[in-house]
Amino acid sequence: MSTLEAMRLAVSALRANLMRSILTMLGIFIGVAAVISTVAVGSGARSVVIEQIRSLGTNLIIVVSGATRVRGVRRAAGSHMSLTEDDARALKLEIPAIQAAAPYLRGTVQIIQGNQNWSAVAYGVDNDYFVAREWVITRGRGFTEGEIRGAGKVALLGQTVVENLFAGDNPIGQTIRVRKVPLTVIGVLARKGQNNWGRDQDDVLLVPISSAKRRVIGWARANPKAIPVVIIKVRDGADMAGTVDQIRQVLRQRHRLRTDQDDDFSIRNLTEIMQRRDASSKALALLLAAVAAVSLVVGGIGIMNIMLVSVTERTREIGLRMAVGARRRDILIQFLIEATTLALVGGIAGVLLGVGAAYAIAEFAGWPTLIQTDSILLAVGVSAAIGVFFGFYPARRAAQLDPIEALRRE
Amino acid sequence: MTTPLIAVRDLAKTYQVGDHAVQALNGITVEIAQGAFVAVMGPSGSGKSTFMNLLGCLDFPTAGHYTLAGEAVDGLDADALAEIRNRKIGFVFQQFNLLARATALANVELPMVYRGAAREARRSAARAALATVGLADRTHHRPPQLSGGQQQRVAIARALVNDPLLILADEPTGALDSRTGLEIMALFQRLNAGGMTVVLVTHEAEVARFAERELHFLDGALVRDEIHAPDDAAVQLAKREAAA
Repeated sequence: MSTLEAMRLAVSALRANLMRSILTMLGIFIGVAAVISTVAVGSGARSVVIEQIRSLGTNLIIVVSGATRVRGVRRAAGSHMSLTEDDARALKLEIPAIQAAAPYLRGTVQIIQGNQNWSAVAYGVDNDYFVAREWVITRGRGFTEGEIRGAGKVALLGQTVVENLFAGDNPIGQTIRVRKVPLTVIGVLARKGQNNWGRDQDDVLLVPISSAKRRVIGWARANPKAIPVVIIKVRDGADMAGTVDQIRQVLRQRHRLRTDQDDDFSIRNLTEIMQRRDASSKALALLLAAVAAVSLVVGGIGIMNIMLVSVTERTREIGLRMAVGARRRDILIQFLIEATTLALVGGIAGVLLGVGAAYAIAEFAGWPTLIQTDSILLAVGVSAAIGVFFGFYPARRAAQLDPIEALRRE
Repeated sequence: MTTPLIAVRDLAKTYQVGDHAVQALNGITVEIAQGAFVAVMGPSGSGKSTFMNLLGCLDFPTAGHYTLAGEAVDGLDADALAEIRNRKIGFVFQQFNLLARATALANVELPMVYRGAAREARRSAARAALATVGLADRTHHRPPQLSGGQQQRVAIARALVNDPLLILADEPTGALDSRTGLEIMALFQRLNAGGMTVVLVTHEAEVARFAERELHFLDGALVRDEIHAPDDAAVQLAKREAAA
C-alpha cells in the first residue's frame, strides 16, 4: 500500500470518530500552543534586554568617583570627586584595550525656547562619549575640539526634547536658553528609546563638558578638572575582567593610594550586569518552555491511549485486512500514520493558536513577544515525533495480531 | 492427470493449550482439482476450521506439505503468505466482514489496494466484480444500507476482484435466511460453472448438497470423501418462488 493511500485511510478513520479524534488532538494542541506562546514571550523579553544592551552600548565599564571616608564616615559613591578628566585621558593612553574613555557629568536643567520650556537631563560630554554610547548624530554636526575645550555655547538635543520644544520645526541653528545661557542647537541625536530602568534616553541635552561645568550645570569645585563619572568602552574581543583590573591599577597609581587604602572610586562592568539579566531571562524562558513541553508528553500519552482503544475496536478489521493480503508492515504503517496525523494536525492547530496567543499577549498585555520560525518548525517536528513515538506501541500491537484470532473477535 | 490445484499431504496442526498439546488436525492427505466445488463438513471441533485456515494460508501447519497450484506453501514466511492470500485466494466469511464506513466499491477494492494496483485499475476491476455478483447499481452504498444477502454479495465480489485461483467460504450462508442462502449458493454455483474453484465450510447438509464433493472431518481426521451429483440451487430457488 502506498503512503498516500495509507494517509487517505488514516484521515477517513479519524473522521469516522471525529469527536474522539478532536479530543485526542487537544492535548498536543494545547501543549504546542503553550510552547509557542511561552517561547514567544520569553524571547520577546530577551530581545528587550538585548536591545537595551545595544542601546546602552556594548563592552561598557563605568568608573564612579568617591566611596571614600570623611572622618570615619563612609560616603556614597560619587560624593567625593576623586576622578579627573586627566584620569580619563590617562586610562585611554595607558590601556590599549580601551577604545574610548569619556568623562561626563549630569544635571537636570530647565530649557527655554521661545515661549516653550521643558525639563531635561543635561550631560556635559566630550567626543569619546559618542563612541562609548555608540550614539550618532542624525541631523546637524557634533562638537568640535575647540567647543569642547573652550566651553562653546552649543548643544545637541535628544529626540524627545526636539519634539517637546520645536514641534516639527527644524531645531538646527535655533537658540535655546539654559540658566539664562543661550546655546545654539547644532545637531539632533539618533533615537535610543528607553533604557533598562525605563528612563527615556532621548530626553537629553548634550553640551561640551567645559560648558557644562562653567555655564549649564555648574561645577564650583576646588578642582575644576574633577568629574563624577567616566564611561569606558573596551575594544571588541578584549578581556573585560582584565581591563577592569588594569583600570584599577592605573587609577590607584595615579591617586597614590597605599596598598592598605581602599579604592577612592568604584568600577562597574555594565555589560556583565546586562548579560546576567539576559542569562536569567533565558533561564526563565527555558523553564516556561519545559513546563509547556510536559503537556506535550501528556498529549502523546493521550494519543497512545486512544490508539490502543482503536486497535481493540478494529481487531476484526485488522484481521480482514490481513486476510485479503495486508502484510504486518502495512498494518503497522497504517496505525503509525493515524497516530502521526492526530499529533500533526493537533500540532499545526496548536502553532496557529500559539502564534495568535503571542500576538494577543503583545496586543492586550503589552508584553513584547517574538515568534521564532525555528520554534514553530521545532513544534511541528516534535508533534510528528510524538505521534510516531506514542503511536508505535499500539501500531505494533495491531501488526502482531494473529489474523485467525482477529477475525474471530466479536 | 493434470496437477491438482490443491495438494495436501500428511497435513497436521497441533495447538499448545496450557500444558497439553491439542491435535487439531491429524495427518490429512487430499487433493482438490482445479474447478472443483468442495464442501468441508464436520461438527465443531472436528478440525474443519483448522483445515480451512491452513488452506487459506492464515496459519502454519505443524507438519506435512501443502502445494497450491504447484507451489509449495509450507515453509513460507508471513509476508509471502500474505501475498498468496492477496493474489490467489478469495475469502468469504459468515459475518461478511465488510468495512462499515466504506462504500461497496471501496470494500471490493481493498485486496487490490494491498496489491498496489493503481486507482483507476482498482475502480474498474471493482465495478466489474460487483456487476458479476449482480450489484452494479449498488456501488456507492455502504454496508449498513444493504441487506444481508447484498452484503454477502459485496464480500464475494471482494473475493473475486484479484482474480484468485480459489474461493474459500466459511459458513457463507450461516447469517442469512434460507432463501437468501439459496441465492448465495446459486451465485457460487454460477461462479463454479465459470471455472472458479470453490471450497466452502458448512455444517448444514442441505448446503453441502450444492457442492459436487463433500469432505467430512471428525476429531482432526478426514473420515469420508464423497463425490455426488450436486443439487441445483437456481432450480430450488425457482421452485420456492413458484410455491410462494
